[in-house]
Amino acid sequence: MTEVAVFAVFAAAALASAVVVVAHRNPVYSTMSLVVTLLSTAVLFVLLGSPFLAVLQVLLYTGAILVLFLFVIMLLNVGRERRLPGPVPLQTWAAAVGTLVLFGAVARLLWEAHGAVELAALTPDFVSTGKLAEALFSSYLLPFEIIALLLLVAVVAASWVARRGDRGEDEGVSS
Amino acid sequence: MSAELVAALAKTGLWVFALLQVAPVMLWLERRAPAFMQDRLGPNRVGPLGLLQGIADAVKFIFKEDTIPSGADRGLFLLAPALALVPALTTFLVLPFGPTVEIAGHTTALVVVDSDVGILVFLSLASLGVYSLVLAGWSSNNKWSLIGSIRASAQMISYELALTTTVVCALIPAGAMNLGAVVDYQREGLWQVVTQPLGFLVFLVAAFAETNRLPFDLPEAESELVAGYHTEYGSMRFAMFFMGEYMSMTTLAALGVTLYFGGWSLPFVDFSGFSGLVQALLGFGVIMLKVGLWLFFFIWVRWTFPRFRYDQLMHLGWKVLLPLALVQFVTTAALVVGGVL
Repeated sequence: MTEVAVFAVFAAAALASAVVVVAHRNPVYSTMSLVVTLLSTAVLFVLLGSPFLAVLQVLLYTGAILVLFLFVIMLLNVGRERRLPGPVPLQTWAAAVGTLVLFGAVARLLWEAHGAVELAALTPDFVSTGKLAEALFSSYLLPFEIIALLLLVAVVAASWVARRGDRGEDEGVSS
Repeated sequence: MSAELVAALAKTGLWVFALLQVAPVMLWLERRAPAFMQDRLGPNRVGPLGLLQGIADAVKFIFKEDTIPSGADRGLFLLAPALALVPALTTFLVLPFGPTVEIAGHTTALVVVDSDVGILVFLSLASLGVYSLVLAGWSSNNKWSLIGSIRASAQMISYELALTTTVVCALIPAGAMNLGAVVDYQREGLWQVVTQPLGFLVFLVAAFAETNRLPFDLPEAESELVAGYHTEYGSMRFAMFFMGEYMSMTTLAALGVTLYFGGWSLPFVDFSGFSGLVQALLGFGVIMLKVGLWLFFFIWVRWTFPRFRYDQLMHLGWKVLLPLALVQFVTTAALVVGGVL
């Protein structure tokens, strides 16, 4: 009973804040709503029996990535007069149609999947941190390492792009 | 109410009670300790030894006018100070203050949330603290506030890397992310401040930067930024930032104590002969005593060192502390694989 109540509260919070993310005119408020969305989703992960995933979601997305979002928005400092004048009419209709199609597809999938396959219940052992680490560093070691390499390349490329503009100007300054 | 709920509420209440005492006590210590160091008296008019000065300050905060700048973004301006208290009042949930004991016929672990991802819960909740600073700076519509909050967020994100790496090092020998296991590991062997001195040093320096304390208090450097991100705040809203900072210092110190100084345990002393309730109170007392010493160290350093320059701060974080933390990481891993630790 408690579980259902918690689910209802946080699912509603996730949906409502997701609507605010796309509807609000002020990008700072949109970002803060996205924080609420991600935190609510993290709670849903806990209910599904995976606290590890929930914690990583908070640590990585709300703790790091969205802070950078906020950072960029603040530095660009979108003034009140320069905010979006509102969505273009065509965009609204396209979004409405797209949403309906997606909703239909997901509903159909759920309808057909319902009761068709008997899925094994997740056990605490299956989603434990140890099992996760084992999978990550044995069966999925190659993809894991490739992602690490990709991130390294991205960091190097980003710092090169950032440095290119001011090369030679402040070479003497340690930064 | 079920026994579990009562136990959880009692444990949470104990922590919250202790955390709420921290701000007034620290306020007093932060004035009297440097006064002693500088051969002054410090505030000594209100109550014996000036002990009631904190109450006088609280009364002043409550009765001062609560102003909101006309150019400020009202909603976020009001939200930011409240967010400052979120990490401070949630991270203690995973910090153990005793073994599993029996109280009134119920067996309970002396930690509010006994989770296998405990340390990650701490780190993720602590990382939410940056929102308060960022929003405070931006919503104030003041250039000093904005510069202060940009400095704060860049600094906190940079030092979080070194801090997290040292935390990982401290977890490796215990082989678990549950902080209770880390304390148990240290009870059987040496405190980790002995086995991982380099990691401890990096953790300590990063803790100063994470809590925006001198010598790393650039987000609120008063000689250049007036008061940084909380320039526009007054009365109780300013006090909330203030309390949030002291509580964050306390919980971070409690994490440091748990990882490096044996947590709630004392060497050569065994609490297990006492009843469950006494063990809980003793454990909590020990951890608070160690945290108190750590907090005094925070004050001591503040009144001893000058402030860093911003590029020196970034240099130290990325080019000194992070490599040192990685050295500790590789060393610890090698020692564990080699069977030494």
